[in-house]
This record gives sequence, structure tokens and C-alpha cells, in this order.
Amino acid sequence: MLKLIEFKNMRKEIYPHTKRGQVAEGDKISKASPRYGVGVYMDYAATTPVDPRVLKAMLPYFTKKFGNSVSLHSFGQEAKKALEKTRMIMAKAINAQNIEEIIFTSSATESNNLALKGIAFANKNKGKHIIISSIEHDCVLNSALWLEKQGFQVTKIKVDKQGLIAPKEVEKAIRKDTILVSIIHASNEIGTIQPIEKIGEICQRKGVYFHTDAAQSFGKIPIDVQKMKIDLLTASSHKIYGPKGAALLYIKKGTKIEPLLHGGGHEFGLRSSTVNIPAIIGFGKAIEICQKEIHPVKSSRGGISSKTKLFNGVKKESQRLTKLRDKLIKEILKKIPNSHLNGHPKKRLPNNANFWFSYVEGEAIIMNLDSYGIGVSTGSACSSEKLEPSHVLLACGLRPEQAHGSLRISLGRWTKEKDIDYVLEVLPKVVKRLREISPFKR
Amino acid sequence: MPIYSKEIIKHFKNPKNVGKIKNSDGTGEAGNFLCGDIMTLYLKIGKNKKGEKIIRDVKFETMGCTVAIANTSLLTTMVKGKKLEDALKIKKEGLIKRLGQPLPPFKIHCSILAIDALKEAIYDYYLKNKLEIPEDLEKEHQRITKTKEELEKRYKGFQAFEKEILK
Repeated sequence: MLKLIEFKNMRKEIYPHTKRGQVAEGDKISKASPRYGVGVYMDYAATTPVDPRVLKAMLPYFTKKFGNSVSLHSFGQEAKKALEKTRMIMAKAINAQNIEEIIFTSSATESNNLALKGIAFANKNKGKHIIISSIEHDCVLNSALWLEKQGFQVTKIKVDKQGLIAPKEVEKAIRKDTILVSIIHASNEIGTIQPIEKIGEICQRKGVYFHTDAAQSFGKIPIDVQKMKIDLLTASSHKIYGPKGAALLYIKKGTKIEPLLHGGGHEFGLRSSTVNIPAIIGFGKAIEICQKEIHPVKSSRGGISSKTKLFNGVKKESQRLTKLRDKLIKEILKKIPNSHLNGHPKKRLPNNANFWFSYVEGEAIIMNLDSYGIGVSTGSACSSEKLEPSHVLLACGLRPEQAHGSLRISLGRWTKEKDIDYVLEVLPKVVKRLREISPFKR
Repeated sequence: MPIYSKEIIKHFKNPKNVGKIKNSDGTGEAGNFLCGDIMTLYLKIGKNKKGEKIIRDVKFETMGCTVAIANTSLLTTMVKGKKLEDALKIKKEGLIKRLGQPLPPFKIHCSILAIDALKEAIYDYYLKNKLEIPEDLEKEHQRITKTKEELEKRYKGFQAFEKEILK
């Protein structure tokens, strides 16, 4: 009983304006279905809650199976065995040929830094030219800009209005001294999925390393590094219901790369550091769960049976999310006048919806939605000191005021149809209210 | 919730003096599309018992973030009924203090914008009525106009890029 009271008080503290779906201003709003606390969380692209099954798998590795994976005694070997099993799960998940091609890291940012800087420094004798897209995540963009300061040259491939890259443009940009092409698989902001396979083919033909940042797409859409001709791939744990602080970098065998961290030679000498075993184990479990949701596969001791291609099956979950996403997009464009979709209508992540609304600012929408218990995100970087909005939206040809009025809604494992209905009920009111304050209303 | 103080949330959720004044005595605009905050302030000028000029009524419209909306709302409540000279003395520090919480550095410009809009509105009043414009206000007006012009130049770059990508 005491616990219940404590919980209620906690809820009041976190959301002083909401009582489970009710709203302070006296607006009548039907009951929402809050998951994880009281709010409706719709920012799964930012991060996800750890799946309880993942947490359960991780716990023993904090206290009982605590060994260091490089120790020779059985405490260490126990941890090592679990790690190698996880490596196998990951290799299968992206259809890597060898399990040694998977390197554990601490974050997608680290993986991307290692990919760009590692390739650049190992291959600078061959050339000093790197190609990225104009809609990369900040960690790829800023790594490339840093390399530019070190004497490398960077070409940014332009995208079209829907955020798509034309593979031809990549081909045109490749020069004799090009050493690396890095293109994001699916945009973290607008969700547009790039024609990775075609770009991979071009890079293979031209003999240039090809890296893709799949932090947002891994676990949501099929990935096959052999079929897609990918040399390096970044994937992250906390976007697929695993813990934060775990990620991987796939490095194809034979790739010339320098490590960023020097030390005891962990991870085949490419990433020295005692491995964050619980987090990596959790990442592996999270992948296994994604698989099961996809396909009724029994996960065996070594991960999945070799014939099963992991993310073939994401279908089940991704079909459910696609249906919810399409409903959200259709209804919002219908219910809110002067609202527009960012990104591609079809070639987009199953869980991503991104809009811009004329005459209002995104940050104000977010704060207003927050008071209704809805957690979403913005493309507007009103917070950045340059005062300029997201480079991704600007690269898609949005004018600054349009980019400032944008909103990203991302769905996930615990999003239910009634959550979508709740957002569809609240968002039009919020936009209408803010437009009433705006000088540009009509 | 939240990263903002109660005062900010209060003004954001229930902003005071929202709207337009038809036939206003002075109108001021501040902000730009680049930072995403744009506001318009409307003034109605009257006289108090001593015959000094005061702001009899004030209304505003803002397109912008939480802090920008809260700031303009707060500013309008502060200047209503005030003498023009006193209204011009309001500094960003005073406004921020009233918001009850130190603002993150990049949000301070929201307070400056609100004050700029007020200065522009009073300037507009002086200009319309062919009154003598105080030296300080003239300087401020020139500063605001100059920034506006600079930002407009940069904004044109974005318009050109949009055309290019639409081809």
C-alpha cells in the first residue's frame, strides 16, 4: 500500500499537470494508455527502455559472472564464452562471414569515429578524400570535419527533397584518391532509407571502403552486409531495447584500419578497454528478442541456426509499426491544416514520422505536448548557439522557419493504437493554440 | 517536467495580452526566420493624471519557442501602464530575473528579442507622431535594423538553395 502511495506522489512530481490522461486546463481528453510511467513515450528514435528480458539476462554478469574476459582462469573464461556467443549472435544478425568481424564498442558515436578516423589514418598513403552525405548524424559529420582539419578532403553528397541520395551522385564524387564513403543507412531525423545496396556495389567496383551508420535501422529493417557490399557497419544497443553504453562496429576481414584506443589489445587490437560485459550481453539479448519477434526461431546456444537470416523476420513487428505510422501520418496531415511530412512517404523507417507545421515553432509544441504527458522530439535546434535548425532538414531544402516548426514522432515496441489516437487528439489542439499566438496565423 | 521555471511555464501556458490592436499607436517587430523566433508588439499610448505619456494597452503575437512566448507575455504585463521612458529602461537582466531561473545561454536572445520588439514599437510611435526621438533609442533602432539586414542576407541563401533542390 505504501508503495502505491509513493508511486502516486512520484507521478505527481514528474507530471504535475497530468493525471493519467487528464489535462490541467480542463480540456476533456479520453484516457491515454501510458506505458512506462504515466506519459506516452513516442521518442523511441532517441532511446528505448531496456526490455525486462534483456535486464534479466544482464544481471548475473554484474555480480556472479563478473570475470574479465581476458583473464585465463575460469572466472574470466566464463565471461569470455558469453561474449563470444554474443559476437556470434551479432555476426549472424547482419550476415557477417566471420565472427571476428564484430568489434564491441561503447556507443554508435564511438563506432562511427573509429570507422572514419581509423580508415582515414590507415589509408592516408592511398589518398585523402572522404565522401559523406549531407544528412549524416552529427558524429559522422563532425568526425569528417575534424579530419578535414587534419588535411583530409571531404565531399558531401546532396540529397533530394525527400532526403534520398542518388547512387549516381556517389559514383560521380568518387575520385582516384577517395578512400572511404560513409552514408547513413536510415536517417535518425527524417527516417529516409538510402539505397545502400546500390551504393555498396559502386564502392566495391571502385575499390573504395564503404561504411554505413545503421544505428537507427539495425533491428528494424533487414541488413545483410554481404549482399549490401558493406565494409563497415555501425549498430547500437539502446535503440533496440538494449542498455546504453553498448554498440558494435562490423569491420570486414582484410580492411585496413587503425585503432583509436591503444592498450591491452582487446577486440583483436582494434579497441583496447576492458569490455563492458553486462552491456554487451544485454545488446546480444536485445538482438535475439528482435529476432523472435520477427520470426519464430528458436535461439540455440550459438545464437540462431545458420540458415536463418536474422532480420528477415523483423517483418512482424515492422508491419505493425508501419501500420500505426501510416495512420499517424495520414490523420495528422488530414487533421492539421498546413502540416507537411518530412522525408520519404514510403522509403522510411517503420517507426519514424516527421512533420513540419507552418507558423509555429517545434520546441513550443514539444513543451506543450509534454504537459499532456506526451514525449516527442524536434528537428529544431533552437538550442544550438548558431540558432540554425537541423542540418538534415536544411539539406532537404527546408527553409529555416520550416525546419524550426518540425516535430519527430517515433514509435516502438510499447506503442499501441490508443497512444496514436491520444496524440491525434492532443496535437491538433496544441498546434491550433500556438498558431493563435503566432503573428502569421490566417 | 521540466527544464523551465514555473513562471515560464505559467506564461507559456496562459500567455497574457495575446492578440492585435487595430489602429495601434506603435507597432514593433523583432526576430527572424533563422532562429525561428518572431514577435510583433502593438501599443496604445495614453496619458496619466500628470499628463505624462504611458502605455495604455499592449498586445503581442509570437511565433517561437517556450521561452520566447513566455518572455513577451511577461514583458507586456510589466510595461502596461508604465511611462514610456520607464518602459525603455527595462533590461534583459530584469526580465530574466522575473522569469525566476537562470536561462541557458542560448535562450537569452529570446529576452533580448522581446525587449527589441518593445523598443521598435515605441520608436514607431515616436516616428509616426513626428516626436523627438531620444538618442539612445535611435542607436538601438539602428542596431536592430542592422542585424535584421544581415540575417536577411543569409536567409536569401536558404531560399536560393530551396529553389535549387526543387529543380
